[in-house]
Amino acid sequence: MARPPDTIAALVHRFGPHLTYEPAGGWTTRGEPDRIVPTHCCFCGQQCGIQLKVKNEKVVGFEPWEEFPFNKGKLCPKGVKRYMQDEHPDRLRTPLVRDEGQGFQRIDWNAALDRTVREIQRIQSAHGRDAFAVLTGASLTNEKAYLMGKFARVALRTANIDYNGRLCMVSAAAASKKILGIDRSANPWSDIPKAQVILVAGANVAECAPITTDYLWQARENGAKLIILDPRMTPIARTADLFIPVRPGGDIGIFNGMLHVMIERGWIDRDFIAAHTTGWDTVEAIVRRYTPEYASQIAGVPASMIVRAAEMWGPAATSFLLHARGIEHHSKGVENCMAAINLVVATGRVGREGCGYAMITGQGNGQGAREQGQKCDQLPGARDIENPAHREHVARVWGVDESTIPHTGLSAVPLLEAIHDGRIKGLLLICFNPVVSLPDGNFIREALGRLEHFAVVDFFLSETAQYADVVFPGSLMEEDEGTTTSVEGRVIHHRQVVRPPEGAREDWRIICDLAARLGAADKFAYESTREIFEEIRLASKGGIADYAGITWDRIDRETGVFWPCPSVDHPGTPRLYEGARFGHADGKAHFQPVEWRPAAEETDAEYPIVLTTGRVVSQYLSGTQTRRIGALVDQYPEPRCEMHPRLAESLGVGDGELVRVESRRGFILVRALVVKTIRPDTVFVPYHWPYGQSANNCTIRAIDPISKIPEFKICAVRVSKEP
Amino acid sequence: MNEFAFFIDYSRCIGCQACVHACSECDTHRGRSLIHLETIERRESVQTAPQVCMHCEDPICAQVCPADAIKQTSDGVVQSSLKPRCIGCSNCVLACPFGVPKYDADVDQMMKCDMCYDRTSTGRRPMCATVCPSGALAFATIEEIMQARRGHPVNDWWFGDAHVRTKVYVLVPTEVSRFDISIIPLSALRRAPKPPVDPYDVAALLEGR
Repeated sequence: MARPPDTIAALVHRFGPHLTYEPAGGWTTRGEPDRIVPTHCCFCGQQCGIQLKVKNEKVVGFEPWEEFPFNKGKLCPKGVKRYMQDEHPDRLRTPLVRDEGQGFQRIDWNAALDRTVREIQRIQSAHGRDAFAVLTGASLTNEKAYLMGKFARVALRTANIDYNGRLCMVSAAAASKKILGIDRSANPWSDIPKAQVILVAGANVAECAPITTDYLWQARENGAKLIILDPRMTPIARTADLFIPVRPGGDIGIFNGMLHVMIERGWIDRDFIAAHTTGWDTVEAIVRRYTPEYASQIAGVPASMIVRAAEMWGPAATSFLLHARGIEHHSKGVENCMAAINLVVATGRVGREGCGYAMITGQGNGQGAREQGQKCDQLPGARDIENPAHREHVARVWGVDESTIPHTGLSAVPLLEAIHDGRIKGLLLICFNPVVSLPDGNFIREALGRLEHFAVVDFFLSETAQYADVVFPGSLMEEDEGTTTSVEGRVIHHRQVVRPPEGAREDWRIICDLAARLGAADKFAYESTREIFEEIRLASKGGIADYAGITWDRIDRETGVFWPCPSVDHPGTPRLYEGARFGHADGKAHFQPVEWRPAAEETDAEYPIVLTTGRVVSQYLSGTQTRRIGALVDQYPEPRCEMHPRLAESLGVGDGELVRVESRRGFILVRALVVKTIRPDTVFVPYHWPYGQSANNCTIRAIDPISKIPEFKICAVRVSKEP
Repeated sequence: MNEFAFFIDYSRCIGCQACVHACSECDTHRGRSLIHLETIERRESVQTAPQVCMHCEDPICAQVCPADAIKQTSDGVVQSSLKPRCIGCSNCVLACPFGVPKYDADVDQMMKCDMCYDRTSTGRRPMCATVCPSGALAFATIEEIMQARRGHPVNDWWFGDAHVRTKVYVLVPTEVSRFDISIIPLSALRRAPKPPVDPYDVAALLEGR
């Protein structure tokens, strides 16, 4: 029975989101801090360095950390205000159990842990081990991500563990692995300003990775040309040398069309292709058909833009490709990314200073959290759960028999579908708010309602935690110690700035306690997260994401260490593929031919408009944290439906008027934002909000066949003025 | 820190408001932000522009203050109004050519950006210019800026016939040597022809215009 135990209004009244505007103790008592702790932002994959001020064991403010090389003190609004969570009145300070009709009741820790363990054992003995699943997140540190993977495979022995990186990095990861052989940005950010041309595909850098803006602008100061692909004129697109307002889902038209022109004009590196790649002939045969005219029909932009892009990208001496969710959140997300990466490899401009490629990680530990074994198909070190040698290595580190490690489980969306159809009956969830963040919200809520037991670890009562049977109050990033791996592949150190508030606990201690009660105490006998990191070093040793040579002391001394780093005397690897040595066994890059195909749901007469979703600068993901910080909420208080004046006029909608955005799956009521900066055939709604304003009420539960990422960027809707 | 100067590059601004929030976090501000972020015209474009106090060499706000409440320190920083002197008349608010001073009814005095005097006077950079993720705001030496940026810094402003020189520089293309801001009567503005192509209209871009 996992349904909200009271009305939403009553739960919100008690647990928030409420807004804080002042630091702990108020502005007037802040005074001189007792200490200032250098650490990192808890939010996006940029993982900016920041110093937190502590007074009376409470975080009361921040000071820029100018010595940290990635951001040099720079921060976005979320980073500036993130510290307001620590003493937030909504913080959970005691375990809770659902009490039908009464909301949640307080319960002591032992009783809460016992209850969940009893339910796990009941469900697993009645329905099999895989009937209890685990969902985790990419905002967890490496240590916690590793712990969750081990907990699922060793303590629960369930195959079904997946994480919210499934909504984020998996298309980029799969494409990168297929072509280049390693799932990581190929270059450090310091290469960006050295490139002569930069292609940013489907990345609203200004709002989703603001610190990267300075790198782009710095490249332009050095004379670089900037090409931006986006259905919306974003702040970085406004002054770009070439802005291509691509139709959602039309990206392959741009990439293949560019490659077509580049081949015609001789702007590919045939020597490099012959020496260092495979599969070129198939790619060449396919893109031959992608004339600018044909490509322009797919891309929904004038052919001249595609030619111009090729003219800028093709002959340059150095170049950098950046892509993000705009091309990845598709049922052909992997193909989109592969078509883009083909452009990099065809020019041979990779693995050198100023030449390369990067995926812009979304979540704080989007990179590291997918390497430590909480993906349904991976073991630590980015190892393959179906590879016998990989399984054997990890089994030895864990001290278990290889045969006891489960095989590939379900990824996030199919896992929710399995809950919906009753195959999975219990769920432990941490660091994930699927009620807001997964597509087809009504289906997701219905699925959660069918769980026999639902346990959640969180620091606030998220909209998903409202469905829980048991809630364990966990810790914020600054209340625990550990590492994350930033967008660059740089492993960095998050310090414990303060302890969790009384009644809450560090997440890893909660998981270890559950494991102990499940009879795996000896496998989870950690005294600190540093011990977990030491085990990651062993577990990842010899793997692709090799952390064996990384220590916390080195991270502090060297302001981060880039993996792979196989030994303590190895300097780490800021730039991959140097000397054109790629990650595949043959050392070559493997071109992947890509043909365009339509989205899972294209527009039609009934639903004639494309809905695309994304983020705004002042909110973060499902908003569990940022919808509680007053200044950030005031900046963008509610989602708005961006539409072009031409579309608005045809719908009879004025700026600021309430509209109903409706798909075959659900609808939202939001206000219109009428702007010329979006394609007239597309509307945009940011997804950070719950309930009747949740853009994911409309989105489609279609996933990429390889990466299993949902198609957040395209679904068909109709829009009408709400009387 | 005298060799350090404040620079604005409007073309870099992404409208994120990190400057606004960081300003409010300054120890003496207690949640009140004294930087303005202007959204130029959201329907037409995503362009935004941060506005700090420009710290005029001969500050107009101080000239028009009947209570002599606005003081300039020896390093050229124009301070907020002095609480015992400010009478809240808002002359400065009306007179400033950059629209910087604001009358704050809660404290009944004019408040404005003082270039983070408490920080710069102790060797730290101003909050806004430290956090700005786009580099639209920068606190650096002229040499650092000249090395890192295209264009050049300019601090000469002409408002009709009135000349103003500011402590804060704006980065502009090298062909621009000063800012001429003509005083145009509203009637002339209404008659002015609209530009034939709207560079920020995505529909127009798609039609190949």
